[in-house]
Amino acid sequence: MSLDLAAQAERVVVEILDDFRSGRHRGVVVDSPPGAGKSTLVVRTAVALASVGERLMIVAQTNEQVDDLTTSLSAAVPAGLTIGRLASSAYVRPARLAALANVLVDKDVGNLLSCEIVIATAARWAYVKDRCWPWAILDEAYQMRSDSLLAIAARFERALFVGDPGQLDPFSVVENDRWRGLNWDPMQSAVAGLLRSNPDLPVHRLPVSWRLPASAENVVATAFYPYTGFRTSAEPGDRELTFGTRAFGRSSVDALLSEAAATGWGFYELPARHTLRTDAEAVCAVADVVRRFLDRGAIARSGNDSRPITAQRIAVGTAHRAQAAAARQALFDLPEVTVDTANRLQGREYDLTIVLHPLSGRRDATAFHLEAGRLCVLTSRHRQACVVVGRVGIRELLDAHPSSEPVHLHEPVKFPDGWAANQTVMNHLYAHRIAA
Amino acid sequence: MSAVSSYAKALAVAAGRAVPIATRRHVYLSDRPLVFVPLALAGEANAPLAAMIGTSPHDPYMLLVPQPRNRDLRFGFAASLAEVVLAYVRSCTARFEVVGTDRLFLDAPQLLVPNAAGLGFVKLLGRSTRFRRTNGPYPVPAGVPLLGRWLTHLGERSEHPGSSAMLAMTQTLSAHWASGQSAVEDANLAALLGWIDPPEGVCGSEAALAAEDPLVWPPAGPSTDPAFDNEVLAPAIRAYQSATPDSPKRRRAVETLERELRGQMEPTWRLMWHAIKVLRRLPAAETVETRWTADRRDFSRYHDYLSTDGRPQARRDGAVAAARRLQSLEREQTTFDAARALDDPLVMASYRVTGEAFQGTVVSVDRNRRILSERGRRVTRPKVVVGTGDPVHLPVGESLRAPQRIKQNARITEIARSADGVLVTLELDGGMGRAAVPAPGSVPEVGDEITYTSVYPDAIRSPDLPPTDQTPWTHGGPPRPYVPTDDDAREAWE
Repeated sequence: MSLDLAAQAERVVVEILDDFRSGRHRGVVVDSPPGAGKSTLVVRTAVALASVGERLMIVAQTNEQVDDLTTSLSAAVPAGLTIGRLASSAYVRPARLAALANVLVDKDVGNLLSCEIVIATAARWAYVKDRCWPWAILDEAYQMRSDSLLAIAARFERALFVGDPGQLDPFSVVENDRWRGLNWDPMQSAVAGLLRSNPDLPVHRLPVSWRLPASAENVVATAFYPYTGFRTSAEPGDRELTFGTRAFGRSSVDALLSEAAATGWGFYELPARHTLRTDAEAVCAVADVVRRFLDRGAIARSGNDSRPITAQRIAVGTAHRAQAAAARQALFDLPEVTVDTANRLQGREYDLTIVLHPLSGRRDATAFHLEAGRLCVLTSRHRQACVVVGRVGIRELLDAHPSSEPVHLHEPVKFPDGWAANQTVMNHLYAHRIAA
Repeated sequence: MSAVSSYAKALAVAAGRAVPIATRRHVYLSDRPLVFVPLALAGEANAPLAAMIGTSPHDPYMLLVPQPRNRDLRFGFAASLAEVVLAYVRSCTARFEVVGTDRLFLDAPQLLVPNAAGLGFVKLLGRSTRFRRTNGPYPVPAGVPLLGRWLTHLGERSEHPGSSAMLAMTQTLSAHWASGQSAVEDANLAALLGWIDPPEGVCGSEAALAAEDPLVWPPAGPSTDPAFDNEVLAPAIRAYQSATPDSPKRRRAVETLERELRGQMEPTWRLMWHAIKVLRRLPAAETVETRWTADRRDFSRYHDYLSTDGRPQARRDGAVAAARRLQSLEREQTTFDAARALDDPLVMASYRVTGEAFQGTVVSVDRNRRILSERGRRVTRPKVVVGTGDPVHLPVGESLRAPQRIKQNARITEIARSADGVLVTLELDGGMGRAAVPAPGSVPEVGDEITYTSVYPDAIRSPDLPPTDQTPWTHGGPPRPYVPTDDDAREAWE
């Protein structure tokens, strides 16, 4: 890792802390590319405030995110400070929280007022009434919808909004265009709405991704962060994927594995076919690739640290829940492998990801399947390599379906464009194509 | 599109006739719906040209704007339309019941338009009339602003999932049948109805093809056929415009316009009533009545509001109003999707395809099983094993419900997969009476055919939002309250 990059990242973090703690702004926004130390920033800011006796609240979007943050906070706060984990009545405390002495878990916020830091999901915070914290940190704020921010905005005076603008926008089961163009459109992300109502708020960018390998820098930055870009801390050669065994015979899956090991990318191309959403062949191929990685005893080296890739370090990503369910069933004997949709993989990190391409086997490319955020999540979870499984014809499908979304007045144009991002990624993947 | 409706579409192509994708009617149909077929002038923003409206197939009321570019004539149209619509709204308030402290009218208006563009026309017409003033500059006839409020009310109500206050016929039909044509073609009422109920001896695809001839089946509006515009409408309007007022020439011009426009609307009018007849053949789904009650409640509430405050609906939703509306729309959408599946096995089938629900046979029952609850009490928790051939994509621990036993929670405790299917073990909770032994019939029995689904309407809570005057800084702060001004009346019609 280059010292320059580390220094640059540190400078940005210090600027953010100064800006936020100065109290000059009611809100400070931090944009972060995948794996750029968002959680580290949250923990660091929280500790900095709490150690000087300030009280703060932390908002995350899911219970897993809250538990992750709680665990890291618990390890980072100075002795004597306690963290209050506010939960709903249905919440079951996971084992990793039970062992932490400086964490109080309660479903009543009244019992947590002695804690310097109170942390909960946005959904849980929305039911807290009549209390106000001087400081707040909102994690994964781009995943939060503007209307959930409205429900909790009265709970804090100043807030740090941290999130990844390249990930999936929050969604709704309702389709309605009546709020299009309004600054406070409740369907947009919390940060988008916040910045439209308060255009003067400072926006910082974390410059370095600590997660992604060097092989991902160019394609992910070009496709999904075209105007801001980012650098990866890993330089070529810093990460290496090897196998404990040699390939036996000459199978296409082994060819795929060596391509992924050599370049960090692999595109496993199945024959052209229009399929149902749960394409049994494609799901089978995904499972085969996962198994082969494990059977071959994949080893990940990062810097000087080498370790075997276990099932926990592998994720399978899909666009639809039904596809995830089918893949999970195909991998029933490997329950440690994470199989989930893009929405749920947000913010997570693995050594290897195997992705079922959202456009594989489709006849048409809808806005859902073209969404840049979906592809960005799927192709930016890995530390070592990302393998995409898809059918022949994705590029033709893209060419036949340019974005045709209506343009609404007063609505900021969203970048990157999903269609263009898909083209960029596809162009890149074709160079790593292995026919099944 | 779900797998079931895609399959039904393929079947429809093969069979040459639409295939049902619902066995029940999931919308309410009033005994006396107000059918509205509007036409607009091409090239002008929502300029009404003509309309047919009425509650009886044999007695349509026809409205006409001989020169749609004339602002006074447009408001004349709005005034006549107001008479019809307001009389209809009044007729719905004849009888009421009292629920709690609220008066709930037994009837509510139901407006039926041919297609989605018709819905848009009604909403825009409401938007362009509700802020008008009956005094000051540019006064309009008394009924016009009130018409605007009611049309806006119906337009906003129709956005609520499951509401039947205003329906577009093509959308309603496509929700119940899959035709063998594309979604774009389904927006043509004549073609869609050709697939669903073709004339004797003709197959659906032929009927749909015949429906494409604008001379036989003029477009269902609001846009008119361009050839008709050029060859018939433009000369007729020109003749009207060039004749002196009250001259016989002008009268003749109006007569021509009326005859021609009637010819454009009458086929659609007949189609609308034909479609109503087709829909009435389907038995109403169980929860339709509940949803209609919500429509009635909203209608009664708005009726009361008009007699007390009566200010028109805001141009746009404020931050809090928008969030609140989104909350309720989402709640209704979730409930509606679940309720439809519970009401209708064919809708449930699409959840069975995706593995969110399954149908099977009860293979064993441990009826009187009692366990110690977390609080240390002995509770009845029967166990049921259901064997199914459906793909089950549900995790252990998930709560399910059976449509016939909607109050009884069934938690998956085990899933065993084998070559001939899946065995799902469920622990039942609730809906078995208070005795130590479950009440007769409250537990499924061996051999019962049963469906379990993970999608069911549940009490969904939404958090409180701040009051409008405390809109936080993140959303632009409190908005300025609306004060009616003369500018409202000066606003161009668009």
